[in-house]
Amino acid sequence: MTATAIDTRADHDAAGEKVFNDIIARDSRIEPRDWMPADYRKSLTRQISQHAHSEIIGMQPEANWITRAPSLKRKAVLMAKVQDEAGHGLYLYSAAETLGTPREKMTEDLIAGKARYSSIFNYPVLTWADIGAIGWLVDGAAICNQVPLCRASYGPYGRAMVRICKEESFHQRQGFEILLELANGTPEQRAMAQDAVNRWYAPSLMMFGPPDEDSPNSQKSMEWNIKRFSNDELRSRFVGMMVEQIKVLGLDLPDKDVRFDEGTGRWQYGPLDWNEFKEVLAGRGPCNAQRLERRREAHEEGAWVRDAASAYAARQAAKPTTTKAA
Amino acid sequence: MTGGSTTGDDGATAPSSGLHEERAAWPLWEVFVRSSRGLSHVHAGSLHAPDAEMAVRNARDLYTRRNEGVSLWVVPASAIITSDPDAKDAFFESPQGKDYRHATYYTKSEGVKHL
Ligand SMILES: [Fe+2]
Ligand SMILES: [Fe+2]
Repeated sequence: MTATAIDTRADHDAAGEKVFNDIIARDSRIEPRDWMPADYRKSLTRQISQHAHSEIIGMQPEANWITRAPSLKRKAVLMAKVQDEAGHGLYLYSAAETLGTPREKMTEDLIAGKARYSSIFNYPVLTWADIGAIGWLVDGAAICNQVPLCRASYGPYGRAMVRICKEESFHQRQGFEILLELANGTPEQRAMAQDAVNRWYAPSLMMFGPPDEDSPNSQKSMEWNIKRFSNDELRSRFVGMMVEQIKVLGLDLPDKDVRFDEGTGRWQYGPLDWNEFKEVLAGRGPCNAQRLERRREAHEEGAWVRDAASAYAARQAAKPTTTKAA
Repeated sequence: MTGGSTTGDDGATAPSSGLHEERAAWPLWEVFVRSSRGLSHVHAGSLHAPDAEMAVRNARDLYTRRNEGVSLWVVPASAIITSDPDAKDAFFESPQGKDYRHATYYTKSEGVKHL
């Protein structure tokens, strides 16, 4: 009996394709050993690995603030959040691996600058209020995006998203509470909170991806039941939530064009700078180089730890084990 | 029957001995969590670790950060044997047409109490 590698055989498997199409039509789930079209596999691998990279790179802007968090409680909360993001990255890498790409390959692609991750993490985190704005707006936008992904047609992705979504809600609430406290603080603290919201608002709206007419992959992704709602649909839904929540903060959204459009049933928002989005995505954002450099450093400087653990494991493997299932 | 992990990944290989050899990927482990006493261990996900001990520790950090478990199993993914997915219709067809294995098949006793 041998371990079987994942089945990437024929792209033209008529029987396999029929089963696949039936499963999608029933809105059921595809599992790793099922036949799937090469494009489905490729597109999912790209989406899930980018998502994983975003969680891992996303640890950096916040981790930088752990030592500067204003109290022991805030430090503990921020550490827990950053640790969650590491977990999210690992759940997602596991899901991506089931499609046949080894984790090392994904890590190498990220470090080599060949892989993408969410443009949002290439913006600088200037003040403590930014940590609040990130939790509220960035994790908020992520939740909006991720909740429908719990129903993604690819089983391992959906399951990873369920786990992630359960953990995300604390992230958004802790951010909101940081802002709420500052908004009710001294005039300087209040101004700091408003400034952070001003800077993070537009980039967080752009997290949903380009406008529908410029999002060529979306159509296919929706046909495959990976995506359930379009970028603009989710973005508008998010704006609607923020409009209400900012009232509780007593701050303002930096967008004079926000209004509910009765005709379309959607929230409208002001123009977004898609040129900036493209620039940041192409690696020319304020912090791209720094984020990748930090990731490379961590990987390379941690190599001796991984080697030592492997060497120890190899040595121990020669001895009989005592750990039993119970 | 074919060997292979439930998640479909078998690409990782066991670590080789010696520091100077080509670095091998850590093997993949499947993680099962018992969420409370009286319940079975349920598959939670997978992770990479160099050995069983590290796999258990990593599983604790990765899958039980919020008291999700009172016990963990880790199993080398390569040790899991699965039914052949290509033969699933043939393999699982025997219960078909055997509705009489279910209580709902028996309708004449409908309305009889405590039955
Ligand atoms: Fe996350
Ligand atoms: Fe988060």
